[in-house]
Amino acid sequence: MKKSKRMALPKAYLVFLLLVMYLPIALVIIYSFNASRISSVWNGFTLDWYRSLFRDRSMFEALRNSVVLAVVSSCAAAVIGTLGAYGMSRVKLRGSGAMEYLSMLPIMIPEIILGMVFLVFFSLIGLPFGMTTLIIAHTAFNIPYVFLMVKARLAGFDGSLTDAARDLGAGELRTFTDITLPLIAPAILSGMLLSFAMSFDDVIISVFVTGVNTNTLPIKIYSQIKTGVTPKTNALCTLLFLVTVILGLSSVLVSRRGANRKSGKDE
Amino acid sequence: MKRKRRVSIAAILPMYLFTLLFVLGPLIYMLILSFASRDGQWGVSAEFTLKNYPRMLEPIYLRTFWNSIKLSLLSTLFVLLIGYPFGYFMARLTKKWRTIAMLLLIIPFWTSTLMRLYGWIIFFRANGVFDGLLMGLGLTTAPLKLLYSYPAVVVGMIYALVPFMIYSVYSSAEKLDWRLVEAARDLGASGFRAFLTVSLPLTAPGIFSGVILTFVPSMGLYFIADVLGGNKIVLIGNLIQEQLVKLHDWPFAAAMSVVLLVLTSVFLFLYRRVTKSDSLEGLV
Repeated sequence: MKKSKRMALPKAYLVFLLLVMYLPIALVIIYSFNASRISSVWNGFTLDWYRSLFRDRSMFEALRNSVVLAVVSSCAAAVIGTLGAYGMSRVKLRGSGAMEYLSMLPIMIPEIILGMVFLVFFSLIGLPFGMTTLIIAHTAFNIPYVFLMVKARLAGFDGSLTDAARDLGAGELRTFTDITLPLIAPAILSGMLLSFAMSFDDVIISVFVTGVNTNTLPIKIYSQIKTGVTPKTNALCTLLFLVTVILGLSSVLVSRRGANRKSGKDE
Repeated sequence: MKRKRRVSIAAILPMYLFTLLFVLGPLIYMLILSFASRDGQWGVSAEFTLKNYPRMLEPIYLRTFWNSIKLSLLSTLFVLLIGYPFGYFMARLTKKWRTIAMLLLIIPFWTSTLMRLYGWIIFFRANGVFDGLLMGLGLTTAPLKLLYSYPAVVVGMIYALVPFMIYSVYSSAEKLDWRLVEAARDLGASGFRAFLTVSLPLTAPGIFSGVILTFVPSMGLYFIADVLGGNKIVLIGNLIQEQLVKLHDWPFAAAMSVVLLVLTSVFLFLYRRVTKSDSLEGLV
């Protein structure tokens, strides 16, 4: 009793701050249904902005680009990051610490620097700006997410399982596909979902490495916010919000289920 | 055994190659570029020069660096004041509620950064939600027009960064042995005194890593100043972008990036030393 009374004020603070966190998101969602074009006044409920959004061809093109980019870069990151974490967990090469640090840099340094180094580097090697450059840049910052998840999973890995498989005559590849891969699959999946979300949301790096004719959704929103927004932007943001929340929640669920299975717990 | 080694090296190879080619390569090129000269309207000439670095000491650039650091320090201070109690109180919840609070905290940060900024635009806009709220409560009579002002940028920064602080403080408050606090209380310390002498020192590592995790990214969040501050507030990031995209002075932009990168690395190094972790908890 005494404790709960002492916690009343702190709890109020927690609730208040969480409400503030959701305030801007709630505003965007609410105003996406606003009939007024000048969005500071509320003029009644409408779905018009969603309708005009779905009629907008350039939006669909941007959406397609965003999806292609996120799928390709998160898959590439999944392959490269998983193999990297797997290999590094088994042999200790000289300089592997430094290499690991280097490959994690893309998510540690300010985004503008990453965008800028890619911009100058791609123009140095003469890659045409567009989907290719976007995919390379996004893969670079997606690898760390997959790598870190898989690495953490492999660290708590029971080595006797793979030893047993090998004792029973399974080769390296067989052991990997039959034992290791299924066990680390949840980590790979949650890393992929996270990188998909990161890629789908990225503006700064994309702005630097994209070509004139390749728009992604965030790039489109960014230019709309800077040049003058229509309520259509609100509708677009609301839809994007739904996508990322669904992906994020799946990532959490997948990694939690994986963690439970690992420790033999069942909820 | 030899075979195991070969297979492992083959597995690492793609990541090594990718990192060398697309992370180390570009970084080295940026470093080289920062010593190159600008040539004509667009180009870069291979002529070696040191002048890109001293150029940053010119008053306008120095002022921008100082503005960035000032905004970062101010935001970090607010983030600490707002985030610390949150992380601390959150650690006192029951396990179920802790998980729920954590999830509720993370969800907004999965959503588009732009969308959240845009929400703040709606909030701060002249005659928007905030003005309506204040006038409705009778606190002000005329719209404050906070959008495109310094306070709006600070709010945007705090909003973007506070989860890092909360997470760090929470991680160390969660490990805190609350019996120590109770013991202090039993021995007659007031709640405040017990907090000051027991909880605060024990959560100091969380504060430290939170400060670093807030300060480091804050230096790069130039688009918040861009979107919520109009063109009035110029930070290092805006400067780099301007040199790169509008003025086409790549060598100078590269030199500024090198300086920003070195600053960031120093802080990251400190972070790793203090937390002794090489995982990126709080970053991911």
